[in-house]
Amino acid sequence: MKIGRQALPLLFKDRASCGFLALLTGVALVVPILNVAVPESSPLHLSSYVVGLIGKYLCYAILATAVDLIWGFCGILSLCHAAFFALGGYAIGMYLMRQIGTRGVYGHPVLPDFMVFLNWDALPWFWYGFDRFWFALAMVALVPAALAFVFGWLAFRSRVTGVYFSIMSQALSYALLLAFFRNDMGFGGNNGFTDFKDLLGFDLQSDGTRSALLVVTAATLAASYGACRMIVGSRAGRVIRSIRDAESRTRFLGYSVESYKLWLFVFSAVMAGVAGALYVPQVGIINPSEFEPIKSIEVVIWVAVGGRGTLFGAAAGAILVNYLKTYLTAAFPELWLYALGAIFIGVTIFLPRGLAGLWRSPSQVE
Amino acid sequence: MRVVTYGEWQPLWLLLAVCFLLLPVAANAQTADDDFRAVVAEFGDANFREKESVAERLLETGHASARAVLTALLEDRFFFRQQDQQPFIVESSDENLSSFALIDPASLEAAGTSEPDQLDRVITNNRLRRFLRITIARFALSSPDADVRVDAVKQMLRSLDAASIELLRERAIEETNSSVSYEIDTALALAALDEDEGSARVAAINTLADRLSPEVYNRLSLLLERDEDGNFIEGNEDARLAATEAIRRIDAARNVYSIIETAFFGLSLGSVLALAAIGLTITFGVSGVINLAHGELLMLGAYTTYVVQLAMPNHIDVSILVAIPAAFLVTGAVGVLIERSIIRFLYGRPLETLLATFGVSLLLQQFVRSVFTANNRPVVTPSWMSGTLQFNEAFSLTYNRMSIVLFTLIVFAILLLVLKRTRVGLEMRAVSQNRLMARALGVRSEWVDAMTFGLGAGIAGVAGVALSQLTNVGPNLGQAYIVDSFLVVVFGGVGNIWGTLIGGMSLGIVNKVLEPFAGAVLGKIFVLVAVILFIQRRPRGLFPQTGRAAESS
Amino acid sequence: MTPLLPRTRGAQATQTSWREMREAAARRKPSVLLGKVLHLDKLTVSFDQFKALDRLTLYVDPGELLCIIGPNGAGKTTMMDVITGRTRPDEGSAWFGKTVNLLALTEAEIAQAGIGRKFQKPTVFEFLSVFENLELALADNKSIWHTMVARLTPIQRERIDEVLQIISLGAKRTARAGALSHGQKQWLEIGMLLMQEPALLLVDEPVAGMTPQETERTGELLLSLAGKHSLIVVEHDMDFVRSIAKRVTVLCEGRVLAEGDMDSVQNDPRVIEVYLGA
Repeated sequence: MKIGRQALPLLFKDRASCGFLALLTGVALVVPILNVAVPESSPLHLSSYVVGLIGKYLCYAILATAVDLIWGFCGILSLCHAAFFALGGYAIGMYLMRQIGTRGVYGHPVLPDFMVFLNWDALPWFWYGFDRFWFALAMVALVPAALAFVFGWLAFRSRVTGVYFSIMSQALSYALLLAFFRNDMGFGGNNGFTDFKDLLGFDLQSDGTRSALLVVTAATLAASYGACRMIVGSRAGRVIRSIRDAESRTRFLGYSVESYKLWLFVFSAVMAGVAGALYVPQVGIINPSEFEPIKSIEVVIWVAVGGRGTLFGAAAGAILVNYLKTYLTAAFPELWLYALGAIFIGVTIFLPRGLAGLWRSPSQVE
Repeated sequence: MRVVTYGEWQPLWLLLAVCFLLLPVAANAQTADDDFRAVVAEFGDANFREKESVAERLLETGHASARAVLTALLEDRFFFRQQDQQPFIVESSDENLSSFALIDPASLEAAGTSEPDQLDRVITNNRLRRFLRITIARFALSSPDADVRVDAVKQMLRSLDAASIELLRERAIEETNSSVSYEIDTALALAALDEDEGSARVAAINTLADRLSPEVYNRLSLLLERDEDGNFIEGNEDARLAATEAIRRIDAARNVYSIIETAFFGLSLGSVLALAAIGLTITFGVSGVINLAHGELLMLGAYTTYVVQLAMPNHIDVSILVAIPAAFLVTGAVGVLIERSIIRFLYGRPLETLLATFGVSLLLQQFVRSVFTANNRPVVTPSWMSGTLQFNEAFSLTYNRMSIVLFTLIVFAILLLVLKRTRVGLEMRAVSQNRLMARALGVRSEWVDAMTFGLGAGIAGVAGVALSQLTNVGPNLGQAYIVDSFLVVVFGGVGNIWGTLIGGMSLGIVNKVLEPFAGAVLGKIFVLVAVILFIQRRPRGLFPQTGRAAESS
Repeated sequence: MTPLLPRTRGAQATQTSWREMREAAARRKPSVLLGKVLHLDKLTVSFDQFKALDRLTLYVDPGELLCIIGPNGAGKTTMMDVITGRTRPDEGSAWFGKTVNLLALTEAEIAQAGIGRKFQKPTVFEFLSVFENLELALADNKSIWHTMVARLTPIQRERIDEVLQIISLGAKRTARAGALSHGQKQWLEIGMLLMQEPALLLVDEPVAGMTPQETERTGELLLSLAGKHSLIVVEHDMDFVRSIAKRVTVLCEGRVLAEGDMDSVQNDPRVIEVYLGA
């Protein structure tokens, strides 16, 4: 029937999604095996460094998907998603700091090293509860959500859109950067948190834990991808895309555009926060430079390179660009910023639909 | 042959007469110097008592260098060279120096160097030092230069003793200059605070009530303190009341000045913000282009100043005036280049422009790092911009900030003129309000776009010149100002020159007002939050673009 | 929804059949709202010094099809903007039915209250299919939670199919809306309007750029809606207006210049001077 013709493009999309999820599963299975089970002497062995690197890329992929959801599908260019990412990272970091206990440099059972260094005698009130894992997890989701809710409510309600919104979100990132840099805020100041020992009793330096984190990250990426796919494929997804393309018309049809934007923004902020929380145990450090506005803009470029409005394109773009960064900063450090600048310019002028756009024709229903 | 009359020879006679008169003066100078040296040499063998009379006689010679010699003696900088027993003043008698720079006591000119152990210091004792201080002060008090007298009195204020009070009383009678009299009265009133009679103290306090100097304030506060037993140091209740009132008045005056100073700082910060933002508002308003490379254009302007100063190191004072057009041309050219090569393809897609210009900013930053290294580069302030204008003890303004405020206003005035009175300006405004219609009327909108971007970039460069005077010039200069510039533009209203000026000034003032309460960082955060909230009420800023075309966008 | 009257073919639609349709429309029961369905009282809107609406007073009876004509700049689009909440007037009031104050609601709320608008330029969602466009316009719960999990019920599917039939786009249901012709886009937009099931339809230049056949169909469609729904139609095509309108209002410079049926308006000297020409 007619559904067949409608389903064909859907099938293609599903093919891409299926392919993506299959690849992800493959990575999640193969990489840990190559690290843990295969001996070091074998050429197939993957070092812990590589495992950590892949885990990092996957976290970035989640972040990129979150940005693609609100930018590629809803047209909101948010330049503060790295800030949500960092907030999630700080939340889990606080838990990890509290786990260090007496194994820190100063050996204080309760206070982290930097507090001892600042001559503080008690834990500030906002650190309470972070010795429980479930509490930290809740904060990983709630803190970015709350910030996104307040900011989004203020912005969307007064119809701040487009570039104005981007500028405001950049200003928000900047404000958070300034705040977290202060030594007396209680978040480690310009050094941030580091020297983590273990998570839920598992030593963070051991190969087994690293691989486990990698698998968890891959699973989270798959789950968030799936959730985004579901949202995008539903009627709400079509409304969201109409908001992107013809906001006023959507309003005149009776949809409360502000409400859609707000909840989507909150959801993507939570995704970013979760990505951050997975990132920090794997790289072992979180500091306020993660709040820099440039980081948020970089995320946008990952999405643009991969192809916005495709979800898997965003993930692919994140991995690709970060791999390039890792390679260039090691081999030709001077060149990296030139390359990044050129990528920005090149992608926006020559590849507006990203790499994914190269094999999708414009007439396909998105 | 013409007969030469007396009248025509008059100038010549005059000249001869002057020469004759000068001869003795010249001769006198010679002998005056010799007399002076003779007296100075007497310090070598004199004991302390005798040194006092030598000092007096030195002053009586009336020689211009007398005071310098006595000051040197007071500060342990007066030495005799061992080999020839010649007296010298030494620039600095710091123990760590390996050689001392010698100064001739009569001419006060450099006279070579010597090793410290080849010099004998002329020693003083407390009594001699006291004597010297008073003598020097008395000498200063009778100097014909009023500024010298004022300084002398202020010095004496800090350590009043009976002798100096006596001197001041003497001087007060003769003094004609009002500012010097003012200072003398202050000193005498301060002295009077130690009088036995309560009413005298009260009178003194009342005199001191409108003095702003810190010494007066401290002294008055002391009066209200209690000693160990809990009793007031000042026994007389009237005096205490008067002191409380005086302190209150001084505090009020200080507050007023402090507010004015804060306002001034706010204006100066605000004018920097406005200057930095104006280029952005032009490009945004006319072309709808968000230029994230704007900060780097500021940076390029600052670096241009540095390069200009490198090129003309002996003419620093003029360098700024050369740097301004140079920066305008350099950054303007860069701006036109960016527009023609990148922005041109992205019109109508503001979010993409944002990303592409961010790429440009990365390129510019890295380029500057490669050429000039990542370290900050020094930029010198010209002499006519240095220094402060001191109104009174509580209030002073620096010339560099004043110049920048003035400069900002001039730039804005020129810009308004260009936009409102020239053809180019008219075309820019037409394109910004209704591009299609402007094109239909024959306006070449691509050319206007390029010119607009170039103008905006050029002004950013000029702003960079101003910034180079206030902050460190380094590759990250742009990043520090980009967020602020955007906030000013969004707050003031896009594309509106007045909006940027007023918006920038307001944000600068708010920032400075908050600083003492919240600190610079929290103040910034507060401003950010305030702008976000302000946008709620007026999403298009203070001075929005109005009209149907703007409404529909 | 009542079926269309039998179609008359081509441009030979006679005056009589149009008159029949108009009278049939008038006979249909008015909608449930009592009093006027729309009442605009002394609306004033100015942009800088230019007065787009100048104490405009206008009303629409339930079930009526009111045509509004007037020169450019008369305020027709601005009036619609005020009704749908896109522009707020400086003075005046606007009431929908007896109880709904339009000036206090947002655009989405006004749309949900039962006012639908078709814009001058067709604004369909180009990247969605025709079917999906209509689905979005469905008169259904429009909150984000519902739309995330909503599935089309069979009744809803039927309704979409029905509307597709009415607007003759059944064959194009899976085509991208951006690929439609201008006239087809206009019809799609009218279809979306129908999906909303509004009590009041604001139709801005529905036949601009249409072929004579399409114009005729549009006229029939609009007339068939009158009675159950109330309509305000803004148009410049005088023949079209004559064929569908019983009452015509002429706007000029933000005010009502003349009112009445087509004949009296066309012969009104003021209207001739300002708009229709000698």
